[in-house]
Amino acid sequence: MGLFWTIVLLVVALAVTWRYLGSYMEAVFEGRVHFLAWAERPVYSLLGTGPENEQTWKRYAGSMIVFSAVVMGITYLILRIQGSLPLNPQHLGAVPQALSFNTAASFVTNTNWQNYGGETTMSYFSQIGALTMEQFVSPIIGIAVAIAMVRGFSRRNSPTIGNFWVDMTRGLLYIVFPIAFLAGLVFVGQGAVQTLAGAVSVHDTLNGVTQTIPRGPIGFMEAIKQLGNNGGGFLDQNSATPFENPTGLTNWLSIYLLLAIPFSLTYTFGKMVGSIRHGAALLGAMVVIFGCWVAFTSYAEHTNNPAVAAAGVHSTVGNTEGKEVRFGDTTTALFGVASTQTSTGSADASYDSFTPMGGFGLLTGMMLGEVTPGGSGSGLYTILIYAIIAVFIGGLMIGRTPEYLGKKIQAKEVKLAGLGALVMPIVVLVVTAVAVSIHAGRAGPLNSGPHGFTEILYALTSQGNNNGSAFGGLTGNTAFYNVIGAVDMLLGRVAIMIPALALGGVLAAKNVVPAGLGTFRTDNTMFIGLVIGVILIIGGLTFFPAVSLGPIVEQLSHGKFF
Amino acid sequence: MIVAHLRRSLVLGVIALVLTFAYAFVATGVSQVLFRHQADGSITPDGSTLIGQNWSVMTTFEGMKAYWPATTWFNGRPDDTGPYSANPKDDVSGGDNPLVANGVSGESAATNLGPRSKVLLADTKELVAWWHSHGIDPTPDLVTTSGSGYDPDISQADALVQVPMISSATGIPATTLRALVVRKTQGAELGFLGTSYLDVLQLNEALAKLK
Repeated sequence: MGLFWTIVLLVVALAVTWRYLGSYMEAVFEGRVHFLAWAERPVYSLLGTGPENEQTWKRYAGSMIVFSAVVMGITYLILRIQGSLPLNPQHLGAVPQALSFNTAASFVTNTNWQNYGGETTMSYFSQIGALTMEQFVSPIIGIAVAIAMVRGFSRRNSPTIGNFWVDMTRGLLYIVFPIAFLAGLVFVGQGAVQTLAGAVSVHDTLNGVTQTIPRGPIGFMEAIKQLGNNGGGFLDQNSATPFENPTGLTNWLSIYLLLAIPFSLTYTFGKMVGSIRHGAALLGAMVVIFGCWVAFTSYAEHTNNPAVAAAGVHSTVGNTEGKEVRFGDTTTALFGVASTQTSTGSADASYDSFTPMGGFGLLTGMMLGEVTPGGSGSGLYTILIYAIIAVFIGGLMIGRTPEYLGKKIQAKEVKLAGLGALVMPIVVLVVTAVAVSIHAGRAGPLNSGPHGFTEILYALTSQGNNNGSAFGGLTGNTAFYNVIGAVDMLLGRVAIMIPALALGGVLAAKNVVPAGLGTFRTDNTMFIGLVIGVILIIGGLTFFPAVSLGPIVEQLSHGKFF
Repeated sequence: MIVAHLRRSLVLGVIALVLTFAYAFVATGVSQVLFRHQADGSITPDGSTLIGQNWSVMTTFEGMKAYWPATTWFNGRPDDTGPYSANPKDDVSGGDNPLVANGVSGESAATNLGPRSKVLLADTKELVAWWHSHGIDPTPDLVTTSGSGYDPDISQADALVQVPMISSATGIPATTLRALVVRKTQGAELGFLGTSYLDVLQLNEALAKLK
């Protein structure tokens, strides 16, 4: 019953957000929001550019890559010298090289894979200056790329697709900072910690326990962690800890925040191309897949944990291993699905201890390419790539040159879309094959049997899709996993962004063909079905063999323990 | 071109850095003014944290035999007890104490054991056996660990099932204990967000007054 009303409240809140945040973001990126112009103008003069200086897609992509590399460099530097920087009450030393590299790559790609325990590795300076800074920047990089790609559809005969520096400035000032600040107040009001005073040691007179409570600027990092689809928390155990996610209300707010921007961007898309129906069609495809996965995974987590049942304890409250009492089984599953299908990767439970089919729900949610609704921006540009493939297939069926929003989809566009859709599966499967083939890779898993393989597959799928959630049993802080993971994350990010921007550039240069009677409709139920089909078929065909060796074998091994 | 990109990247990077520090400092200031108690970690006068206090009576390896789990208190989830307890000799840290468990350095953690893990099966059997030896048929929460490693809560069913054990150990009538459990149960937020639960620390503080 709780799950039902939780979802009802979520749907209502997200519907309002979709409409208003969606149109607000359109206004921001089209330059019609000015209430912070006093801050915007000095930034442009420092940057030596402005809205009037448009860029070609190549310049845009170049700016994006150089900026990402510089931000990654700043982060790496801060982590390496944190021992000499202020705001370090626990006197933590430098973060090792491989771990710093992995972490810098992880946060700049919006992945937030964490091979470290936050409270025992990172100083407050690093948590704020390196990690939270990237948590603000990386979702806006994703949104900027998506907006630039959409300009390819909304513009005609245009050599340019916007200015990267302007899009970044507007996104930072008008979207992430203000919304995160408001959400942060709720987290702290509910009990999330927000202090710079350092850990505190307390002694309880009742039970004689002396303990050190880790503290820090946690609550407001939590806000941008969820809003920006980052997922990397201050503390090692992420949203499961009461200090990050104290109550059922903050748990709901987390789910809401991480879905807000990715869903709303479909409205932004519709408004920019002058057809809300087209945005709603993409939203429809996202919602159908997301809804099915929520139902499946919640059901799976409401069953018994096989090991606990075998020990003689039968549960009416689902699989409780690795879950917090205050959230319950099905809401935790909802959180997990929302987190894995948005490239957020935050966790309010131990995903490693989900039932085999619950873990299957999380893993496959990422394997669908993070498009339902996907990450900040990355969800929109990736589902547009799938939509172009769907249009191409639809065009083949009716024997006409396919069009999408009046733009002819020809060989070049389909090649770019194919590249964008195939990069992630190839990268993930290749690095997984490497990891299971060599000793350093096989040394990682905590669990034996098929679950051990799933831990490796999950880790590399998560990083390749810039998700960042984990089957936490895997020991990832080794030279091998730090380096291969960083490569996985960077390719999974940049190798999709570049085809997306190229598509934007190529499409912007085209004129619009007026729609006729024979035009294949791309805003109706039929098209929604086609997009869903493309997403499921590409994901299913590429990953079924790998998944069948992991969670499916585990599910079918009745009565066996590993 | 690359030089211009680099220069702009550095400028925007520094601006993002400055904005993030401003965000964190303003946020901390506002939180300390509006929600001082919560922002400092909800520390109680008794010397615990109200929201992150898992109730494990035992905190050192040697202490386990003497105290764990005390039959005179309501027990929380076994995050740092029994098979999951800290063992300084083998450099194994327990779950409930995020930074230092009485000198044992460790992190907050879940077990991360898979659903078909032999280790999980054996650990759960050990916990079930302990409860059976005290005449209690345990609920799932009482024999499984949490996601954070310091879950402060149990459900009403988890508390009620312990009442006969505590009643016979302390002599407090079972009806009084049941009434206490019902009184201390906190509903789900807005009636449906999350689940209803009892904070084990507050429950035991109330129990201490009864004693």
